[in-house]
Amino acid sequence: MPLDERHAGDAAALLRVRGLARHFPIRNALGLRRGSVKALDDVSFDVRPGETLGVVGESGCGKSTLGKTLAGIHRPTAGSVLFEDAEIAPLQGAARRVVARRLQYVHQDPGASLDPRWTIRRSLHEPLIVHSGLSEAEREQRVRGILREVGLPPDRLDSYPHELSGGQQRRVGLARILTLQPRLVVLDEPTSGLDVSVQATVLKLFRSLQRQFNLTYIFISHDLAVVRMMCDRVAVMYLGRIVELGPTDAIFKDPRHPYTRSLLAAIPRIGGPRVTDGFVLEGEPPSPGKLPSGCRFRTRCPNAAPQCAEADPPGRTVAEGRVAACHFA
Amino acid sequence: MAAADILAVRDLAVAFASDAGLAQVLDRVNLTIRRGEVMGLVGESGCGKSTLARAVLGVLPENAARIGGGRVMFDGEDLLRIGPEEMSDRVRGRRITFIPQDPYGSFNPLFSVGDQVMEIMRWKSKRRPEGERGYPRARRAADRAEAIELLRQVQIPEPEAALSKLPHEFSGGQRQRLMIAMALLPQPDLIIADEPTTALDVTIQAQILRLLRKLVKGRGISVLFTTHDMGTAHEICDRITVLYAGQEMETAPVDAFFVRPAHQYTARLLDSLPNPDREIREIGGEIPRLIDPPQGCRFHPRCAAATDICRSQRPDERAVAAGHVVRCHHPHEGARHAA
Amino acid sequence: MKALVFIVSRLYRDRSAFLGALIILALVVVALAAPLLVSHPDAAWAMNPQVRLRPPGGEFLFGTDRMGGDIYARVIYGARITLTIAVVAVGVSLLIGVPVGLVAGFYGHWLGEVLMRVSDIFLAVPQIVLAIAIALTLGPSIENVILALSLTYWPWFTRLVYAETQSLKNEVFIEAAMALGVPPWRIIVTHILPNVASPIIVRTSIGMGFTILTAAALGFLGLGAPPPAPEWGRMISESREHLPDAWWYALAPGLAIFLVVMGFNLLGDGLRDILDPRIRRAQHGRG
Repeated sequence: MPLDERHAGDAAALLRVRGLARHFPIRNALGLRRGSVKALDDVSFDVRPGETLGVVGESGCGKSTLGKTLAGIHRPTAGSVLFEDAEIAPLQGAARRVVARRLQYVHQDPGASLDPRWTIRRSLHEPLIVHSGLSEAEREQRVRGILREVGLPPDRLDSYPHELSGGQQRRVGLARILTLQPRLVVLDEPTSGLDVSVQATVLKLFRSLQRQFNLTYIFISHDLAVVRMMCDRVAVMYLGRIVELGPTDAIFKDPRHPYTRSLLAAIPRIGGPRVTDGFVLEGEPPSPGKLPSGCRFRTRCPNAAPQCAEADPPGRTVAEGRVAACHFA
Repeated sequence: MAAADILAVRDLAVAFASDAGLAQVLDRVNLTIRRGEVMGLVGESGCGKSTLARAVLGVLPENAARIGGGRVMFDGEDLLRIGPEEMSDRVRGRRITFIPQDPYGSFNPLFSVGDQVMEIMRWKSKRRPEGERGYPRARRAADRAEAIELLRQVQIPEPEAALSKLPHEFSGGQRQRLMIAMALLPQPDLIIADEPTTALDVTIQAQILRLLRKLVKGRGISVLFTTHDMGTAHEICDRITVLYAGQEMETAPVDAFFVRPAHQYTARLLDSLPNPDREIREIGGEIPRLIDPPQGCRFHPRCAAATDICRSQRPDERAVAAGHVVRCHHPHEGARHAA
Repeated sequence: MKALVFIVSRLYRDRSAFLGALIILALVVVALAAPLLVSHPDAAWAMNPQVRLRPPGGEFLFGTDRMGGDIYARVIYGARITLTIAVVAVGVSLLIGVPVGLVAGFYGHWLGEVLMRVSDIFLAVPQIVLAIAIALTLGPSIENVILALSLTYWPWFTRLVYAETQSLKNEVFIEAAMALGVPPWRIIVTHILPNVASPIIVRTSIGMGFTILTAAALGFLGLGAPPPAPEWGRMISESREHLPDAWWYALAPGLAIFLVVMGFNLLGDGLRDILDPRIRRAQHGRG
C-alpha cells in the first residue's frame, strides 16, 4: 500500500517515489533461490526542491538500500521514481546517465571515493568527461571554480589523495559531485564514525554547500540528533518500510508511530536524567528475511493488538503533512 | 591512593614508536576510579583513551609501546611493577576483566559459547584454589551453574541451550550480552569496557547500557568505560574524565560535566554536539600530531582563552567543586545551557 | 614515470631481486647480440662430425655436442628461442587472461560464471600434461610449443585478475564511479586495470620463468623445436646418451635454464614486495 496514496503528493516535487521495492534473493549452498529479503518494500515519498529530507532507522531498516536504489547502484525490483518529472526507475546505463546526472550520491566517506592512484585533477575531470562535451580548458575552469567554492587552493590539483588530510579529501570528494551541478544529492550516513568536533565541521560544510549550490538533500543517518539538526522533514524506516513521515519538529515533539516513539526515547538527553532509567524498547528487530504477519513492528510494539497480526497498516495522513503506518496512530 | 579508590593512575606517560618518530600518546595522565563507580573515559579518536585502558590491562603492544614513567595503582599495588606472568595469572581476567568493542571478533567461531565460557571458568573462577591443575567435576558443575545463572541475568533466552550454540547463532546485541556475562563471571573488582556499544543500534545500545549499569551497580564492581559518544557516557557514567591529545583535561561528576564544564576544551566539545537550536559550532583547528605535540596544555593552539602560560606549562590539577578537577589555567565559568 | 623510478630504486635496494633483474637483462642482451658473441653466424647449426664430443677448452668454450656443434654458440642462440617462446606465450596469455578476468570479475553474472568455469577446466589439468597433449597433437615446432603454452597459461592470469577485480569492485571509489555514471568499460580500463597492474606484473615475471621451464621440459621430451634448432631442453635430452663421459654436454644448457628461471623468480618475488600496496602505504607513513 503506497504511503501517501490519498494525497496526490506535491505538484512541485523534485523527486517522487511510489511503491519502490528492492528485494535481494537468499540463496542456499547450491546457489538456488530460497526466498528473498525485502530490503525495501513499497516505499513512497516526495522530495521538495531545496529541502533536506532525513531518512532514519536502525541497521537493516533499508535506508541504505533506499539511497543506493535512488542512486542507480541497485536496480529497483518494482515501483516508480520520477526525478524532475522523468521516470528513472527502469533506466540503466547510458539512458540513466543522461536523465539522472543531476541526482547524485555521496558515500559515507566522500574522501574514499577518490581513486588512490589518480591525481585530484584527474578525479575532478572524470565526471565532466563522462557527462559533458566540454573542452579540456572549459573543464579545468569549472573544476577550479568548484574547488575554490569548497575551500581548497588550486595547487592541490596535482596532489594524490594520500597527500591530503582527511578533511581535504572529503571536500574533494564533494567537489567531484558538484562539478555536475546536481539538484538532488543523496548523503548516505555522512557522519557515521566521525568524532563530534569533525562532525560539526562536516555538517557545516554540507549546510554551506546547500546554500551555495541550491541543493536538495536526502540525508540518510542513524543519528537522530544529527537528523534533527539538519533536516526539514524526516522519514522513519523499519524493516524496509517508511513507518512515519513528517516535518522534523512535529515528529520530534509528537511522534505518532510507536516505533518512532521508542527510537526517540532511546536518545540520551544530555544534562537531563538518564533515559535508560525509564522506558527502553525490548527485543531486537526480526530478520528482514522472515517478516511477521500484519504489521512488521508488532513483535516489539508495546501497544500491539490482535488486529496488528492480521492487517498490515497502510500509511495514512494523521495530520497536516504527516503520515504514519499504524492502526492506532 | 585513598582506600576508597580501586584504581589510581598517576603521571602515566606512554609513547609509541613509529616510522616517523616517537608519538607521545599519553602525557603524565592522572585518573582515579572509586570503588563501585562507573568512570567514563571520553575523548576523540587518537586522544589516548584506548591506550590508557590497555595500559591498565597490561596489554600494550610490547614492541611499539614505551612506558615513560608513572604508576598504575590497583588496589594498593603498582601494576607496572609486577611481572607479565603474575599480571595474567593473578590480575587480568580475574580481578580486572575486559569487554571489547567488537563482539563479533571476540569469540572463536569454531567453539560453542559454553566451551568458551567454561574455559574462562576453569582458570579464572573464584572457586579455583591457587595453583590447581585439573578441573574437578564438582567445581565444574558449580561453575557451570553459575554461568547459566549469569546468562539469565544478562537476559539470554534459554541460557542452558545457549551454552551449546555457536557464536554466529547470536545477534550482535546478544553477543555483547554474552561478553558482559563473561566479564562478570570471575567476579572482578574492575571491568574495562572499550567502546562496547559503538557497533550497536540506538535501541539495542540503550538496552545494553541499562543492563550493564544495573549488573555492576548490584555487585559493587567498578568500571572504566571508554567512549567517544557523549550520549553513551551520559547514560552510564557516574564520573567522567576527558582526554585530549594524550592529556587528561577534566574530571567531573556526570551532571557537572555536562552542565558546568570547567575546561575550555570540554565546553567547546559539548558545544559542537548537535543541538535543537540547529546552530553548528565548530571547535576550529585540528587535533595535533603526537610526534611533536604542542608544549604546555596541548589544547592551547585551538583555545580562544590561551595565554603565554598555556603555551609553556601544563596546568596543575585544580579542584573547582567536590570531585570536580580541572587542568586549565583559565577555567570556564558558569553553566552552559543544557542541550 | 614516478612509479618506474620508485620501482628501480627499490629494486636496487633489494639484493636478490636486483640479481634477478641483472640475470634477465643479461639474457636479453645475449639474445639480441647473439651474432656478435659467436665467431661465425652458423656455428650454432653447423655440423662438424670430426670435432664431436670435445670437452670444454680452447676453441670450444663449453665443448661440442654429438654432431660437433659448438655448445657455447648453441646456448647463446638458444637464448633467442627461449626468450621468444616465453615472451610470446606469456604475452598471448596476458592478452587472453587479463580481459577475461576483468570482464568475469566485474560483471560476475552468468557470463562471468561461464568464463571462470572454462578457466577452471584448464586449471584442473596440470599444465605440463595439457601442453604435452597439445604439442603431441599438433606436432613438434616452436609455434606449436608457443600455442600449447599460451593455451595452458592464460587461466592463471584470469584467476588472478578475477579475484583482484572482485575485491576492487567493492572499493568505495569504484562504487562511487558507478554512482557518478561512469560507463562500465571506462571504469574497467581507467580504474580497475591500473589497480590490478601490480599483481599482473608480478605474475608475468614468475610466469616467464615457469613458461621457460615448461618449454624446456617439452624440448626434453622431443616436442619442442625440431633439430637442429639449438633448444636448451632438447640439448639436455640429447646429452643423456653420452653421460657420464660427456659431462659438459648438459652443463651449459642446464645452467642457462637454471639461471634464467631463477632470475625471473627472484625478480617476481622482489616485485611482489615492492608493489605490495600495504608495504607501499607504510612507505608513505600511513600504515
